[in-house]
Formats: sequence, C-alpha cells, structure tokens
Amino acid sequence: MNKDIMICGVGGQGTVLASRIIASAAMNEGNAVHSAETIGMAQRGGPVTSHVRIGESAFSPLIPIGGADLLIAFEPSEAVRNLRYLKKDGFLIVNTVPVKPTSLSGGADYDGKAEIEFLKSKCDCLAVDSVELCAPFGSSKFFNVAVLGTAAGTGKLGLDKETLRNEIIRIVPERFTQMNLAAFEAGYNKALKIGENENANK
Amino acid sequence: MSKKYVMGNGAIALGALSAGVKLVSGYPGTPSSEIIETVAKYPREGVYLEWSVNEKAAMEVAAAAAYCGARAMVTMKQVGLNVASDPLMSLAYVGVKGGMVVVSADDPGPISSQTEQDTRRFAEFARIPVFDPSSPEEAFEMVQDAFECSEKYQTPVILRPTTRVDHAYASIEAPDFFKAADCEGFVKDSKKWVIFPRLSFVNHAKIEKRNIEIGEEFSSYRFNTVTGSSRKAVVATGVSYAYAKEFLKDHPDVRLIRVGTPYPLPESFLLRALEGVTEVLCFEELSPYIEESLLKLIGRHRLNIEVRGKLTGDVPSSGENDSDSARRIISAFLGLGASDSGVSADGAPQPPARPPVLCAGCPHRASFYAVKTAMKGKKAYFCGDIGCYTLGNAMPLDMVDTCLCMGAGITMAQGFNHIDKDAVAFSFTGDSTFFASGITGVVNAVYNDADMIVCVLDNSTTAMTGHQPHPGTGKNLMATPVERISIEKILLAVGVKKVVTVDPLDLDASVAAVRECAGLKGVKAIIFKSPCIALERSNKKMRVDSERCVGCMRCIKGIGCPALSVSDGKAIIDENLCTGCGLCSKLCPVGAIGGVSK
Repeated sequence: MNKDIMICGVGGQGTVLASRIIASAAMNEGNAVHSAETIGMAQRGGPVTSHVRIGESAFSPLIPIGGADLLIAFEPSEAVRNLRYLKKDGFLIVNTVPVKPTSLSGGADYDGKAEIEFLKSKCDCLAVDSVELCAPFGSSKFFNVAVLGTAAGTGKLGLDKETLRNEIIRIVPERFTQMNLAAFEAGYNKALKIGENENANK
Repeated sequence: MSKKYVMGNGAIALGALSAGVKLVSGYPGTPSSEIIETVAKYPREGVYLEWSVNEKAAMEVAAAAAYCGARAMVTMKQVGLNVASDPLMSLAYVGVKGGMVVVSADDPGPISSQTEQDTRRFAEFARIPVFDPSSPEEAFEMVQDAFECSEKYQTPVILRPTTRVDHAYASIEAPDFFKAADCEGFVKDSKKWVIFPRLSFVNHAKIEKRNIEIGEEFSSYRFNTVTGSSRKAVVATGVSYAYAKEFLKDHPDVRLIRVGTPYPLPESFLLRALEGVTEVLCFEELSPYIEESLLKLIGRHRLNIEVRGKLTGDVPSSGENDSDSARRIISAFLGLGASDSGVSADGAPQPPARPPVLCAGCPHRASFYAVKTAMKGKKAYFCGDIGCYTLGNAMPLDMVDTCLCMGAGITMAQGFNHIDKDAVAFSFTGDSTFFASGITGVVNAVYNDADMIVCVLDNSTTAMTGHQPHPGTGKNLMATPVERISIEKILLAVGVKKVVTVDPLDLDASVAAVRECAGLKGVKAIIFKSPCIALERSNKKMRVDSERCVGCMRCIKGIGCPALSVSDGKAIIDENLCTGCGLCSKLCPVGAIGGVSK
C-alpha cells in the first residue's frame, strides 16, 4: 500500500497522538512508514501538521503539495490553509468547530462556516462536528481518537479497524483507554451513518 | 532484536547504545532533546546519563569520559554548540581516546531556534569530521560509523541531523538490551592531555594532514553515492537528499549525488561523480556549504562545470527545503514541465494568523501581568530570555523588549541600566535558564553595582523543550532523588540584598512585590513560583456570567489568554482550555467571572 495522510490542526488539539496511532498501526500491518510532526515553539497554539507516509515509495518525511490521499483537519481554517496538499481526487475529513485565533487583531467574527461551505464545494469532503461527536465523553479532547474512527469508517485510511483499536490500547494512558475506545467507536459509527444517509439519498 | 518505530532522535539514541556508548550528556534544545530521553527509556547496563547544566558542561563531562577510552556522546541544538564551542575548539586539538560523538541538531526554517546557523561550518572551523544523515535509518547507522571514525582518528566527530531528520519517524531494527563497552580508564600523560601552545602547533599540523586522509576514506563511504549519468547533476545533502531522491524517482537517468560527509570533503569521490557533468545544482539547507566546497574543488582542478545553488539564487538562501521546493527547484534546473498541484484554496477566506502563545493558565502570563500592572506609567525595560516565556512578547502582554540568547536577559538589563538611569531594568529568566547561564550574570550585576530587578519565572521544569528536570527539581536522569538546589539561596549567597518569592497567581502580592523592589537601589530579585500548567492537572475552570458581563473586554485586552474569546459582544471561556487560574476574574470590573469545578 502507498498512502499519504496529512493531519492538521492547532497546537494542543492532539494531532500528534492521532498521527502516531495511524503510523504504528500501518507499521504493524507490515508497511514501511515515515512520518513527521510539528514540535517545539510552534506547538503553543500555532498551526500544526503531521505527515504520515505509508509505503515504499516515500523517501522523505514530508508530503508534497498535491500528494495527500487523505487530509484530516481538526479545524476549518486549518483545512483551508493545508488544502493544497490534498490530491485533486483526495478525501477530506474536517471538524466544523472553529478554534478562534487568540490575537486581538482580526478573526473575531471567524466562525468556520464559510470555510466549510468552501471546502464542500472544492473536494470530496466529510464534515464532522467535534462537540456533538464528543458530547458523551465530556470533552472535545477525545476528538483526536474519535476522528480516527471516522476515518476508519469511511475506508479511506486503508487500515484495519482492529489494528487501530489495538494501537489505541497500546499508546494511550491506561486510565483513558475505555473512553478513547468509546470515542473511536462513536467516530466509526458516525462515518457509517453518514455513508448510509448518502446512499439513501442517491 | 526487534523493530522499533522511533523518531530520528530515537534512532540516534539506539545507534549510540548499539555502539556501546558509556556516557551520554547534553542540554535540552529543540530539535535535539529526545535523544537523551530515548536513551533513558531503554533497558541498559553501565551507561551513565545526564542532563548537564548547560552544553559547555555536557561537552566537558563527555570529553573526560572519552579521555578514559569510553565511548561518549554529547547532544545539543545548534545554538548550544556555540555555548560548547570553547571546549570543542580545544578538544579538536587535544583529541580523544574513546570514540566521542557530538550531536548538534540544526534547525532550518528556523522552526524553533534563534538562528539558521550551519553546524557543517562549525565542523570545518574546528577541523573535525561531520556526518550528515538524510533519514532516521541513516542516522542510526551514521552515529555508529561516527564512533568508529572518532576512535580511529582519535578526534571528536560531529553528527549533524536537522529538524526533519530528528523529528521524522521510521522503524529501526535494534537490540532490546544494551551494555556499555568496557574502557581502559584514564592513563595520565600531561604531554597529551594538557593543552599548551607547543602541543597545539604540533597537533594542528597533524590534524590538517589527517583530514586529507579522512577525506580519502570518506570517498569510499557508503553514504556518499551517485546514481544516474546525465550531464546536469544534482548534489544534495541531509534531508534535502531525501526530497530530491523522491522527486527524481521518476527520472532515474538524472545524476543525483549525495554527500553524507560534508567535511572533510570526499574529493576523490566527488571528482569521479562529476565526470562528464557540465552543470551542477547544489540542493542543500542553511548555508551554501557544499556549493562553496564544490566551487573550490572545481576551481582547483580547473573543471568546466557551472555550479548553481544558493549563491546563484536557484535555491532560497534561508528557510527549509521540502518535497515541494525540491520539485520546483529541480524541475526548473532540468527544464521539466510543472507537475500536478493539489486542490486549490483560491477564493477561500484567508485563514487567521495563529502566532504561538502562552498556554491558558500559564503562570508566566500572571507574572508578566503583575510586573506590567506595577510599572504602569513608569519607564521600564523588560529583558527576556530563552524559553516559553519569550512568548510574553505577544500582544496584549507586550512584556519582552529584548531576547538574545540563553542568559542574556540578566546581563542586558545591566547594560540598559548603565546607559539609562531613569528606567527600571527588569530581566525575566526561567528556572532552567537561570541554572544554565543566569548565575554568572547575577554575580556580574552585584559586582558592578547595577540597579535591576531579576525576575525568575520558576515553573519547576524545562517546559519549552518537553519538561526535562534541572538542578532545582530534585531529580536527575539516573533516577536518584537529589538535593534540590535553591534559587533563592543562590541569589542570597551571591549578594542580592532583596529576594522575594511570590505566587504569580496571587496578583495583589505579586504587584506589591514588584512595587517594593522598584523602589530599592541595587540588585533585587523576585522569584515567581508556580508549576507549569502542562504538568499540574486542574479540576477548576472559570465561567463568564453572560448576564453580568458588560462586554468591556478588559479580560481579553489585558491578558490575551487563549481560552478567552468574544461571542455576541460578551466574553466567553473555552472550558476545554481553561485551567481555572482565575487571572481573568481579577481584571473583571463587574465580577462576572467566577470559578466552578470541572
């Protein structure tokens, strides 16, 4: 399998954990994997990206522009910021809930709605509301694992559901395992439900 | 043996452990910090490990181990090498007995650094070999080769990874248990180990001769490679080689030359690799190091080859390369057409700017706000330093007027004071930075009669680089509880007359402490002590009573906490981010912000 997956968001949203789970799951399925993530100063509330490159054809850690098969965006404007990395026939999963910029100049009216409309018009796109999805778990912090479930549910990740579950169990701290598995399941079912609705509309 | 999915820094650690390293020292600095942390994680026997107080100390500790015949490694970021350059320059003349590898991680971009300096230049300056890996897998092998090279030529050797190698992940096949190699121990020989002008003269000549030999040996090194045979060639080093290789996989005829050992230059290899070439593009990051080396080589051999790169404007002179710039720059050089682009974002709303900020609930925000409040309307200079708290420069706090290098805040505040007696001079230094290079600055202030206020922002960790322990934490890497070194006692011992310790989240007490110190002559110190919010779990959060909120925005305009934003003209708090520090509630004129438990 050759697959390039990019994850983007705002520092503190937990994108690094999501990319580590994907990468080690892909490796456990016997793939060569390279990945890269944003660490350091930029993590403090700045835009962050993780690149996960599965397969033998990737030599470098960074996905080229127009190279990502799947873009998982934890935030609408960050999806726009990184859209050029998505292949023209690639797939986008985007959280509709905005993270407002903290700088005082500009951005006060930013609510992410125009961005979501734009993204839907530009590419094959699945929009997910993280607050709604994570409501049963009491915190949007579980979105990073929930959205992996969604990605697995769409089939776009190309990884087995069980492998991902096992990696979640292995990687997340034990006291959060059950909650994360439940979030993963909720995300997975969300994708299936959207898929059914779409089929019904066709 | 087993496969391990590790960061490039982890690969370097595993490589060193595989090579039988006996001592590893270093000082945290992005992108190098995870090397020592990985060594600490794996089961091992006989390996001594330390976070040193700074890079100079780390270099000297490692040098002594190498004098004993042990394999030693020292890790730092590129600006750390500046701090350690004093021992390194002399060590290059003295040499070592056991293998000694200096890992100095460069940061093209720069992504988390003050400079875009190039460690390859440092290696040439110090006249010692440098290995330049292009991937984690290569770094794993190269660090082992570097130990061999170091022992064979009895010289310290540099491994120079860059951020994209340090922080890239790959799987590495490595042992599951490591044992340090035995060493002979120190054999006294003052003619060898004591540096004197005469010894330096003799050794300098030997080093220059030896470097020619090393260059020859590198000419057959397996990571100096050439593929393809076109007359237009691409030379790449470090991670830029990985980008170039990936782009050129569809153009296998294009000659691609990789230089894995930039210094001493593998001249015979390059002369062979460049046979029949008319034009060469040097695709590298930071300085035009290989480009200039090639210009010298080609000039000396009077070859008719045009050299392109940073000096000709074909490759940008600053910033990092990536897959995309490889495609653009190499395509232009080879005259290839443009390839596919991704989904266009033309016509989309402009994404908002997101400068990095202090975390919600960060005690540094409260410390800065207290000083700002106390000094309102008064002339003051605020000298910052290296750490999370450099982010205190952002609006609306705007409390960092200068930031130069580790420890400079304390000494620069003195310079301001000597020039401008009307202003109150402040320095802001973190606890780890204070131990690394702040103490001598305080001694300088006391000795030279400066009027200044030393603010130590003590969050009991090295936060920016990933929460490493330091001398004030009571922990070290050998997992033994150690005596905490008291910042307060140090300050008193060097003669600071007024030392106050306050909790920055107690705004009134903090403001009062600043006001009191500002009214005194001489060197004063305030220790703002409160733990890093990333390490302390909080069960509190604040909430805005929207009925009472009058929308004055004083909370938002005053402290710029990322948990605060505006909705329908009123302040709201993101409960996922809020840690309940309560600073915002102290700014609210109508008491609309109150605490609730999570």
